[in-house]
This record gives sequence, structure tokens and C-alpha cells, in this order.
Amino acid sequence: MAKVDLARFHATFFAESLEGLDVMEQGLLALEEGDREQVHDIFRAAHSIKGGAGTFGFPEIASFTHVLESLLDDLREGKRDIDTELTELLLRSVDVVRNMIARAQTGEPLIDSDSDSLLHELEVYHGISAPVESVGTSAAVSSGGWQIVFRPHPQMLSGGNDPLRLFRELQGLGPLQVEVEAEHLPALASLDPETCVIGWRLQLDAQVRREQIEAIFEWVEGECELVIAPVASADTESATVTDTQPNSDLAAATAIKQVLTMQAEPGPVRAAPTVALGESSRSIRVSIDKVDQLLDTVSELVITQSMLNQLGEDLAESRLEVLREGLAQLEHNTRELQECVMNIRMLPISTVFHRFQRLVRDLGHQLDKQVRLDLHGSETELDKTVLERIGDPLVHLVRNALDHGIESPAQRRAAGKPEVGCLRLEAFHRGGMIVIEVSDDGSGLHHEAIMSKAVERGLIGPDDQLSDTEIADLIFRPGFSTASVATDVSGRGVGMDVVRRNVQALGGTVTVDSVVGQGTRFVITLPLTLAIIDGLTGIVGGEHYIFPLVSIIESLQLQAKQVNQVPGQGELFRFRGEYIPILRLHNLFACSDAVTSIAQGIVVVVESDGRHVGVLIDHLAGQQQAVIKSLDNHYRRVEGVSGATILGDGSVALILDVPGLIRLAQRKTAA
Amino acid sequence: MNNALSTPASTPAPAVVSIPDPGDDTLQSASVAGQYLSFILGDEEYAIEILAVREIRGWSKPTRIPNAPPFMLGVLNLRGAVVPIIDLRLRFSVEKIAYTATTVVIVVAIGKRQFGIVVDGVSDVLDVSAEEVCPVPDFGVAIDVDYLRGLTTREDHMIMLLDPARLAGGEVWDLVADKKAPEGGVNL
Amino acid sequence: MPRILAVDDSVSMRGMVTFTLREAGYEVAEAEDGQVALEVARGANFDLVLADVNMPRMDGISLVRALRGLPQYKGVPILILTTESNPEKKLEGKSAGATGWLVKPFDPEQLVNTVKRVLG
Repeated sequence: MAKVDLARFHATFFAESLEGLDVMEQGLLALEEGDREQVHDIFRAAHSIKGGAGTFGFPEIASFTHVLESLLDDLREGKRDIDTELTELLLRSVDVVRNMIARAQTGEPLIDSDSDSLLHELEVYHGISAPVESVGTSAAVSSGGWQIVFRPHPQMLSGGNDPLRLFRELQGLGPLQVEVEAEHLPALASLDPETCVIGWRLQLDAQVRREQIEAIFEWVEGECELVIAPVASADTESATVTDTQPNSDLAAATAIKQVLTMQAEPGPVRAAPTVALGESSRSIRVSIDKVDQLLDTVSELVITQSMLNQLGEDLAESRLEVLREGLAQLEHNTRELQECVMNIRMLPISTVFHRFQRLVRDLGHQLDKQVRLDLHGSETELDKTVLERIGDPLVHLVRNALDHGIESPAQRRAAGKPEVGCLRLEAFHRGGMIVIEVSDDGSGLHHEAIMSKAVERGLIGPDDQLSDTEIADLIFRPGFSTASVATDVSGRGVGMDVVRRNVQALGGTVTVDSVVGQGTRFVITLPLTLAIIDGLTGIVGGEHYIFPLVSIIESLQLQAKQVNQVPGQGELFRFRGEYIPILRLHNLFACSDAVTSIAQGIVVVVESDGRHVGVLIDHLAGQQQAVIKSLDNHYRRVEGVSGATILGDGSVALILDVPGLIRLAQRKTAA
Repeated sequence: MNNALSTPASTPAPAVVSIPDPGDDTLQSASVAGQYLSFILGDEEYAIEILAVREIRGWSKPTRIPNAPPFMLGVLNLRGAVVPIIDLRLRFSVEKIAYTATTVVIVVAIGKRQFGIVVDGVSDVLDVSAEEVCPVPDFGVAIDVDYLRGLTTREDHMIMLLDPARLAGGEVWDLVADKKAPEGGVNL
Repeated sequence: MPRILAVDDSVSMRGMVTFTLREAGYEVAEAEDGQVALEVARGANFDLVLADVNMPRMDGISLVRALRGLPQYKGVPILILTTESNPEKKLEGKSAGATGWLVKPFDPEQLVNTVKRVLG
């Protein structure tokens, strides 16, 4: 047999173990809340990690989870009750195992002082002393071979054990003579083939240890009468008779001995864990249903294709209608296929949301605040890539809400609010977008404090008049750092500007609204997928540019008199009660032969993080779905452009990046 | 000029470890030798290592990239990949002419990245041995020749051997280090 | 070619068992828990079943019991995959009708040897 390289399973093992740890963490938090049923899932997760770790060559993880498992087993058996101390201990163990797995992925040593000291704590808590050294195997070798009496109980065959198999194995040790005891054999007519009625006397001419023979009969222990005696009867060791009940001490002892011998054997050599690096995020687990659906769609597509093929071989004008139908069918199939494939990349947001239970719990303790976490819409599905990248911004918002939003119990009491604050995370679909809201019932944003800080930082002038929305939006500005009010929790030198940038990098937006004394709400809006967007094509000087549909508010034709010139600032027009700037795309992108008179072109009003701008183009050329291709695969990022797509005629069109366009315009104005 | 250039490890072409110093009349690297595809640009003939050539295709108008240097004509769809196209006439400051039916795009791959170069026409495949390669003479600092690997001669005319990794222009596209451009999201 | 049913809720363990046995020339079907395994086994005749003990929905011991209730699995070897920490599971498995067990952790070689031992 070719050697099987266990390293090929490492990536799966890591991914699965991390999932298992999430299950454990969620379970522990629920257990703390009184949900006893969770203990089984928690135990099973720990048990699986241990089994896998042992098998795939991570003995350090296996022995750590072994202790963890013993504690969990006590919980499961009701020998121990869960309390805050134990929950804390178990949660910390989850963290340690998570770290061990992370280190296994990068090939670093798995054990550190953290894991060592926690292991010790676990052992102390459990009352386990240091593991006993395994018992040395006895060297009871019989020089003259062995005599074996083997009389199966009548029901032994029903366990699937075949006496012939046992004899073959014995033969593997040395020459074997078999003698049948057939005295109990009934008449053929009354013979039950499932009942064993005969016995055997065997002589094995081999200088082997007793354990080697016992090992062969291991599986039938308790199901037969077995006598193993050395042939040279001078041997001091007398014959052992094992005709035991399955739960007798002797059976258990033998079983334990077997375990110890197996443990004493050297484990598989650990392969260098280089292959698995980063693999977990490169793979995806898909439910069978989704794959079946994909398969169905593909088979429909194949049928349509063969229909069109046939049509193509014999295309008469009379059959044009059939062709049209076929093409419509093809379009339908293609769309369905696209949806199916996209669907495969979609995962529920619950995986991200559930991380927060732990975070909120720990932070609450740390800050002496009482917070209830409400999760809504956990089943909402997001593209895998979006899901992976939205975690950090959300963590930041949640930390911020706990640190700055929700007040201490005393403050809340004084304000006439319930002592327990509420943090709400909600995800839902709205118009082809995913909306994630993070809201709290805390003190809200203090506009005056924000204003004075913004002035202090030079973000606005002392006399600037700002609307409430504009004031709230200041917290996303680079330079509006929270450094001066830094705490352990959210003062990590990362400001809200990073949150906004991360969300924008995903093609999304983030806004905030707040009522003083009542709470703050952050709203993140994200595209369903990063791979395909709905776009509106605009033409400038014969060039195609695609606006992401989600950023478009309205497109309109302005009359010259609606446009106001502001010296040194450019052009403005009034839109829904506010003055918004006009960006001339032909200027920003240096397009030739473009419409330059605003009255003759189209102004597309787009939104970026609560700000509106009008983008001047020549005219619009319709709506389409655009498969996003990265420009920096072969070239580099281009400011104001988020990517490219391929049009129906095979040519390339650029997709506009609205926040980038605004930055570009600001720079041009400043220059 | 950077004398310690190295092409990315994944390059199919043999790695050229160093650019010969101007004035150094021995080419220390045998890797300049090999098969080259030669092409015409204006009155001159150039050649590029054939291992770096992916495809030769007819001229089609690329999509312009805003605010790119003039020699960067734009991007084309090459089997689903969006690939930049460079006009070598503009890159080499040769007089620009109209693109015609014989204008050709040579698609070059450096590591995982591809780009196209627009040339007047493809002429030949050459076997070039190390002895046939002359170093690039010192033109003085004013002339940028770091995209030249060496010179060779065929039937009394000179052919310039190009270093594909340097064609795209280092300031635009840090090909040699195969780095992605820095974050576009610059703070204002 | 002997046909084996590998039952384990852990994707990595199941993958390892399946891959190893296929490399060794066996035909292997997979199931992610006892319930699925029972469904799969019902419609086929496997020559050997390898079942993990601790699984959601239906554990390995219940699976063994259920399989032994099916006429075509009366005498088919069924091995349970146990861990060293709970010897009582072996015995529980045995009394449910398991042929034997394989103690985790095991390496591919041990697995193939055990399977060979059962299938001959």
C-alpha cells in the first residue's frame, strides 16, 4: 500500500476544528444561560477535535482536548455543575485550542506558556494527577508454543466475527493445528446457521507473547470460552480462562491494557504543515441541496443547447420563432445557473454574528456593564468573501457601542433606563443589498462634543454650520481619532474611518444616526456579492462607464439656470433641498469629444456614505449585470475605478468607484 | 539604474540576473541566449524572448484607462482577463503612426501578469547565441535604455533584444517586484 | 472488490478513512451520521461498516443495533471507531452487535491492517 500522507487532510481538520470550537463557544454561552441540552454538542465537538488531532499528528492538541473532554464528560454525566468559573475556564480553553490550531496551520510550536498553565488549571480543577506512565508489556513468551481452547458462545456469529478469520490471523503468527469439537452438532435439519455450536482446540507452534494471541481474540472476548496455555506446562504462568461478562473487571483491564499498548506505540510522524496554509479560507463547504440544484440547472442548459444545435443544423426562416424561444430558454438557463453558482458562495451571517455573544459577554464583564445581545436575521446569506471581511468592521462597531454607547448600570438607572443595556445586531435583504444594523440603547452621539473635537482636529472650521447628519458623519473622517478617549476596549488606534474604508472596499456604505439619550444606530449596506453587480452604463465621449446601480439615487437632465457657479469650488445644483456638487467625468478622466454643456448631458446623482454628488455624463445606455474583473491582476488600481467588466461585444468597460471619484475630484479642486 | 534586478521566480523565461553595465564589454550571463521573436517598429527591428510571448493577435482598440501614462493605451479582454496594452512606439518615443490591418499586438507574460505590446509587425524567430550578443553602449544618462538586454546583428542590421519585464515602465508598474499597487484609498 | 461504508460526522476523519481505503483498493461509500448510514446501508450490500460512535442524530451504537436488525447485515462485520478514553464504549458496541473496534487515533496503516484482518 502506498503511504497515505496525512497532511492532505490537515486543511479540512483545521477548518472543521475551528467550526467545532465555535460550536463549543456558542454552546458554553448558552449553557451558562441554562440550556442544558448544549452539553452534548459541546462534548461531541471537543471529542471530534481530540480524535482528529490524535489521528492527524497533533498530540499536543489531543492531550489538551483530552483533559477538556474529561471535564465536559463530568458535566454531561451530571457529576458537576456549570458555574461562572467553569464557563470561564472552558471558554479560555476554547481560545487556547483555537490558538493551537492557528499555530498548527503556520507550523509554529503548539504549546506555549498560556496553554501550559491553562492545562494545569484544568487538571487541578478536574482533580487529575499527572498521567501515569504506561505499564510495560510483559514478556511472557512461551518457547514451546501455545495451546488454545476456543468455544464460541452460540450467539457469537451475530456480532460479525468469523472464527475462520481468527484462525487465519493465528496462522499469521505461526503453524496452526486445528481440532474441531463437534459433539454438540445437532442434526442437519435442526441446524441454525446463525448459531455457533462447535468449538475448537488449537495448537500454535510459535514463540509469541500471550498478548499477541489475546489481541487476536480481543473482539470476541466475553462471547466465547477461551483458554490460552503454554505448551511447555512447566511455564509458571498458568492458563487464563476468560469467560467473562462484558463489564467484568478483567475485560476492562484487558481493554485498558490494549489502550496502553496502543498509546505506547509511536504516533505517526508529523508532516510539515506547509500545504495547509491559508487553505481553510480557500475552500467552501456546500450543502448537497445546492449542488443538486446546480446539477439540475446544468442539465437543463445541456438540453437547451442540444435543441439549439439541432435548430442550427437546419435553420429555415419558418423556424425563427423556435429559435427565439430557444434563445429565451438559454437566457433563462444562464440566469438560473448564475444564481445557483452565486448561491454556492452564499453563507449565513450567523457564523459572524455568533462570535459576538462571547465578545459582548467578555466586554460586559470587563467594563462592568450589563448588556443583552439581540441577534436578528442570522440566517441572512452573504457572499463568502464579504462575510470574511465584514467581521472586523462589525467587531469595531460592537466594541464601540459597548465602550462608548451603553452606559454603566448606575448611569442607566439615573437616566430612568433599565440597567441591562441592549445591543442589537440585525441583518436583512433590501433591494438586492444586504443591510446590517448595529444599534444600542445607550447615550447616543453628543453632537457638541463631536463638533468641538472636529474643530480641534482641524476637520471643520469653528464657524461651519453642519446638519445633524453631517455632524454624525464626522466620526468617519480620517483624523477624527478616538485616541484622546482611548480605553482598553476600543482605543486601539483604529478609528471609524477604518471601518468606513473596509466597508467601502467591499462596495458598501456605512452611515450612523443617533438620538441623544436613546441610542445609536450604524447601518452598513453591502452588495450581495462581490462578483457581479447591477450596473447602469453611462457614455462619455464614446467611452462606456458603469455606475453600480446601488449608488445611484436618480439621473436627471438639468437646465443651465439650475446650475450655480461657486468661485474656486465648481458647480452646484439644488437636489432634494440641498446643494450638491457636479463632477464632470470627462474632466476627471480626461475624455475627449464629450458633452461639456451640463444642459446637454445627463447628471447622475450618486450617493457615497450619506453624501450626494451629481456626475455629468453624455447619456445613459441602459442597465446590465456586470461580472467584475479586477484591474490590478494585470495592471494596477486606478483611482475612481473599482474594476472592469466585459461587455456583450467582448470589449472592456470600466466600473466606476463613486467614493474614489469624489476623492479624485477633491484633489483636483484642491490642486 | 538598478543593477540587481531579478525576474520573479515564476517567470517562464530564464532568469536574467543582471543588466550588463554600460561599458562592460563581456556579457556575464549566458541566459541572454535563446529563441527570440523579432518585430518591426518604425525603421528598427527589436526582439523579445519567445518564452515570454503568449500570443500574437491583430489590432483591436483597447478601452482607455483614465489618467494613465500616454504609452498605456488601455485594456483589452484576453479570454476573460483584462490586460493592459502598451504602445511601444510611444514607449520608445518613436513617431506615432496610425494603426493598420498589419498592426499586431504581442501578448507577453511575466509571472502571472500579462500585457500586450503594439508593434508594426512581427518579422522572424531568431536563435541567438551568447556570442552574438553585444552589450548596450553607454548613451549617457539622458537616454533610457534599461529595457534593452543587448544588441545582436542579422544581415548587417542591428536587432535590439528587449527585457520584457522592463517594458511596462517601472514607475507605473512594479513588475520586477511583482507587487500590487498600493491601496487606492488614500486619506485626504 | 469488497465494499465498505464509512460513517463519521467529522469530515477530516471520514476523508482520511475513505481516501486510505480507496488507495488500498476498496470501494468506499460515506455517510455523515447514523441516520444517513442506515439509509445508505438499507439500499446496498456492504461487506464492512466502519462507524464512529459519537455522532449527531444517530450515534454509532444505535446504528449497529439498527443494522443488525436488517436481514442483509446479520453477519456483516461492523467495526466501531472508539477513542482510548472510553473503553466502556467498546463493550457497549459489542453488546449492540459490533464485530470489533478500532481505537482512535489510528494511522492509515493500522486502519488498512484492521480492515484486511476483518475482510481477509
